[in-house]
Amino acid sequence: MAKENFEAALGKLEELVRRMEAGDLTLEESLKAFEEGTRLARFCSRKLDEAERRVEILLKQGEDLVVKPLAGEDREDG
Amino acid sequence: MTRSAAAQFILVIPYFFWYCHDGATDMINEVLTVSALNSRIKDLLEASFELLWVEGEVSNLRRPASGHVYFTLKDDRSQIRSVVFRSPFASRAAFPNHRPVFDPEEGMQVICRARVGVYSPRGEYQLIVESMEPKGIGALQLAFEQLKNRLEKEGLFAAAGKKRIPFLPERIGIVTSSTGAVIQDILTITGRRFPSAHILVAAVRVQGGEAPAEIIQAIDRMNAVGDVDVMILARGGGSPEDLAPFNDEGVARAIYRSRVPVISAVGHETDFTIADFVADLRAPTPSAAAELAVPIRRELVANLEDLHHRMFHLYQRMTLRFRERLTAVCERLKDPKRRLTDLRLLADDRLERMHRALRRRIEERKQDRARLESRLGRVCPAVRIREQRSALDRTRATLIGRAGKALERGGERLNFLTAMLDSLSPLAVLSRGYSIARRRSDGRIIRRAGDVSAGADVHVRVAAGSFDTRVTRVCEE
Repeated sequence: MAKENFEAALGKLEELVRRMEAGDLTLEESLKAFEEGTRLARFCSRKLDEAERRVEILLKQGEDLVVKPLAGEDREDG
Repeated sequence: MTRSAAAQFILVIPYFFWYCHDGATDMINEVLTVSALNSRIKDLLEASFELLWVEGEVSNLRRPASGHVYFTLKDDRSQIRSVVFRSPFASRAAFPNHRPVFDPEEGMQVICRARVGVYSPRGEYQLIVESMEPKGIGALQLAFEQLKNRLEKEGLFAAAGKKRIPFLPERIGIVTSSTGAVIQDILTITGRRFPSAHILVAAVRVQGGEAPAEIIQAIDRMNAVGDVDVMILARGGGSPEDLAPFNDEGVARAIYRSRVPVISAVGHETDFTIADFVADLRAPTPSAAAELAVPIRRELVANLEDLHHRMFHLYQRMTLRFRERLTAVCERLKDPKRRLTDLRLLADDRLERMHRALRRRIEERKQDRARLESRLGRVCPAVRIREQRSALDRTRATLIGRAGKALERGGERLNFLTAMLDSLSPLAVLSRGYSIARRRSDGRIIRRAGDVSAGADVHVRVAAGSFDTRVTRVCEE
């Protein structure tokens, strides 16, 4: 599986909650849904909290393309 | 090339030449060959009409395999053969400032920048067109329409080919000028909406002759090494000429082949460029592109928290529900002794009900019997015998009465009949003096004298008694 994607994870979480709301899950299924949902929620929230803002610039140095921090970019606080 | 449409040199030989043939030979300074003449004409014409602007209507348009475009430029009175050489050197040389080359179409009114060329081998002259502009409609606009139509037919704008813009890109590529408001706007807005979004800027010139090549390169590089999830191709507002790089075919194709989804945001909301049509998503402005590229983190967090919350509650509710079910089931799971008691009670109850039912049945039967008895009493044979007997008695009395009467009547009748009988009786006749004589031998009544013979014994009956006698004589009549 490719790297997990926020949107897919959020979609799965929504689907799980919807199924739980429909109320036709067995106890095992609902336990599994809860565990999976907790994992997805944690994953999504980690994605949201992840990393500082980074602004870079794509430059060509000689024959190579390099990525460098953009000069003059002010850090912004949400 | 059609003969009729071609402007040609025709050698006009003066009429007098033939008449003055002999005496006027020295009037002619020199005798030229055709080649020499055409060569001189070529020099003369090409020098005189080096570069000029000609206006006319395109007709007899032809595009042979050579790639050159041949047509006749005409007005209402005259026409001239024309050609556009599609040589890369010619076109680059002719359009150093990247003027768009539009394709002439049949019947189109155009203004050509051209020189006159002479094709000596055929003695023909024509316009060598270096550039042309459609009359009325701007060349830029027409080139735009033509490129748009062509790319559309090719399928570069097809909705099916549009890539989905990712919901939450981890890294956003921005292809735009490193200076100016556009990049600042995009950085500000993405930063505000999603503070942790990574941004990779590819700085390019967004106007002028070098711009298309730089933009193409930037798009390709973003694909090759950028590791971006979405790309914004942006430029602020400007004149139509300023936006020209975004109407460049090469830029359009670079957007089309990009694996990374491209959001275009060129100029103002009302400006539509070819790039906008090819892009996977068109944003009206660079700021809007930034909004389309990243969601608002705060909202996502709230949504996620809500989902998590709901899920937790659902789970709690569900476990509670299962627990309740379990309790309910446990309650129903009873001690067999209790079941026995229950059964006993049930049996008692049933027995009691059975007794009651039995008693009721007996009572009912008793009533039935009484009813039947009374009915039977009414139909008892003794009664009937009594009844019949009395009927018999009555009948008998009647009978006796009637018999008496009949007897009485019979007596009367007997008397009557006796009287009648008396009157009819032979005895009565006898009493009147008659007698009955019978043969003694056989008792037969003697009706004729011949019935007896003398000496026969005869019995004679008279009214009172009888006597025997003997025949003495027979007197027959």
